[in-house]
Amino acid sequence: MSLLEVRDLRVAYGAIEAIKGISLDVEEGQVVTLIGTNGAGKTTTLRTLSGLLRPVAGQVLFDGARLDKLKAHEIVARGVAHAPEGRRIFPLMTVEENLELGAYSRKGEAIAQDVAEVFERFPRLHERRAQKAGTLSGGEQQMLAIGRALMSRPRLLMLDEPSMGLSPIMIQLIFDTVAELKAAGTTILLVEQNASAALALADTGYVLETGRVVLTGTGPDLLTDENVRKAYLGED
Amino acid sequence: MQQFFQQLSDGLVLGALYALIALGYTMVYGIVQLINFAHGEIFMVGAFGGYTLYHYVLPSSLPSGIALLLVLLVAMLTSALLAAFVERVAYRPLRNAPRLAPLITAIGVSIALQESIRLFYPNGSVGKPFPQLFPRGTVDLGGVTLTYVDLFVISLALVLMLTLRTFVFRSATGRAMRATAQDPDTARLMGVDTDRIIVITFVLGGLLAGAAGVLQGMIASPIDFKIGFIAGLKAFTAAVLGGIGNITGAVLGGFTLGIVEALATQYVPNGSALKDSFAFVVLVLVLVFRPTGLLGESVRSRA
Ligand SMILES: Nc1ncnc2c1ncn2[C@@H]1O[C@H](COP(=O)(O)OP(=O)(O)O)[C@@H](O)[C@H]1O
Ligand SMILES: [Mg+2]
Repeated sequence: MSLLEVRDLRVAYGAIEAIKGISLDVEEGQVVTLIGTNGAGKTTTLRTLSGLLRPVAGQVLFDGARLDKLKAHEIVARGVAHAPEGRRIFPLMTVEENLELGAYSRKGEAIAQDVAEVFERFPRLHERRAQKAGTLSGGEQQMLAIGRALMSRPRLLMLDEPSMGLSPIMIQLIFDTVAELKAAGTTILLVEQNASAALALADTGYVLETGRVVLTGTGPDLLTDENVRKAYLGED
Repeated sequence: MQQFFQQLSDGLVLGALYALIALGYTMVYGIVQLINFAHGEIFMVGAFGGYTLYHYVLPSSLPSGIALLLVLLVAMLTSALLAAFVERVAYRPLRNAPRLAPLITAIGVSIALQESIRLFYPNGSVGKPFPQLFPRGTVDLGGVTLTYVDLFVISLALVLMLTLRTFVFRSATGRAMRATAQDPDTARLMGVDTDRIIVITFVLGGLLAGAAGVLQGMIASPIDFKIGFIAGLKAFTAAVLGGIGNITGAVLGGFTLGIVEALATQYVPNGSALKDSFAFVVLVLVLVFRPTGLLGESVRSRA
């Protein structure tokens, strides 16, 4: 049984169906990536998985239990963390407060230890821990968004376009981080427009087009697939 | 000069009252972007809750200090429960409705609460003399006379405001409140039950409004079903003046408005007859010249 099973999910904004029945699986310990052009429905999918949107139909099973009827805060408590598109750090709170909010669903003293661990992973954040998060650079904000998501000690980490709008150096750093998390056994559902970097890391990839899965395969297979190369890796 | 300082200190007393009520407007606005026009009535019903306890429940043999404490607690609880109830039945169902719907509902709730007291409270259309439980007496500070009650009003207001501040800026729940004000969806992704946070915000506003209801009874007895209307509008003005959504702003706006009103009453010709109109002059001036208020920038970004 997969850790996450999505079955025939449909999501609509009013009368407009943005997700037209997608199914996907994430095995424990895997990195699964969802790629596709702008507007394909990647963000909508993640927002539905984390309970911010209600599906019209379909099922989401996490560790065998239904998630699709739960509220967002209950889903976090089950172990699903979501670093949203655009980072969405709390700009008027300090770096440290942002991290502590990431642990809101948890109790106990281990929180301080996990904050220290995030600071170890991202020394830049440690330097800026008392600074308002809104003053951070885009790359630092992304580190904070990932660190904040890790603070809930998730069993599934969902990242929505973590490399968006970053400099090449920062993009490299973010993908290195994802690779480290993978090596440490973290289960990750990664949404990216940077398809080649995402597929290079992924065990499995799903290609989304206007709300449907049009192609599935292992990361390496998709990376060499001719259609994928044409459509998403900018080759012709 | 002495006259000036006397008015100034009277202004502080009024301002403390406005600030307490303004905090409820501003916190609710910060969290759900709703002007809760029923907040003045939540204050008024709190005052009636305290009055009811004293008049119908407490034995007259009770020492007045203990009676005052109980009146205060019951008034605060009455307003807090009422605020939570109003949120639950009137505003929550409209959470995703167009902004005008909850606003009009708030006005409806306000009228409903006023009329409920007028019609269903025993002899509800008549003013009620509020129990004066605090020792009488005055202190003279270099020619400026303050009653013990004045000092109590200011002190209690300050204690409550500092407690609120500590809660909002130091506790985990307060942090979740600020997160919800800044970005509700992302707060939910952190595991914050935003519905619960919204109720807590109404409850906090209610607790302060209930305390203000008792203070109002202490400085301006009698109380009646209409006191929430004027006090509510003035506190709303104070919240806008400070920058609605901003907690520090509400306190600053409350005290500024209280002082402006006290000074204008003294120094504007025929000022005491116009007493209740200065707040609206202030409101209009703020809306015209600085609609974001003294401390307001982007409203959604602060609790
Ligand atoms: N809040 C919204 N209201 C209406 N339509 C939306 C909303 N958000 C996204 N959409 C539409 O849903 C589709 C999928 O969008 P999205 O999930 O953001 O795609 P992606 O993340 O793959 O770029 C697009 O057609 C987009 O215009
Ligand atoms: Mg997207």
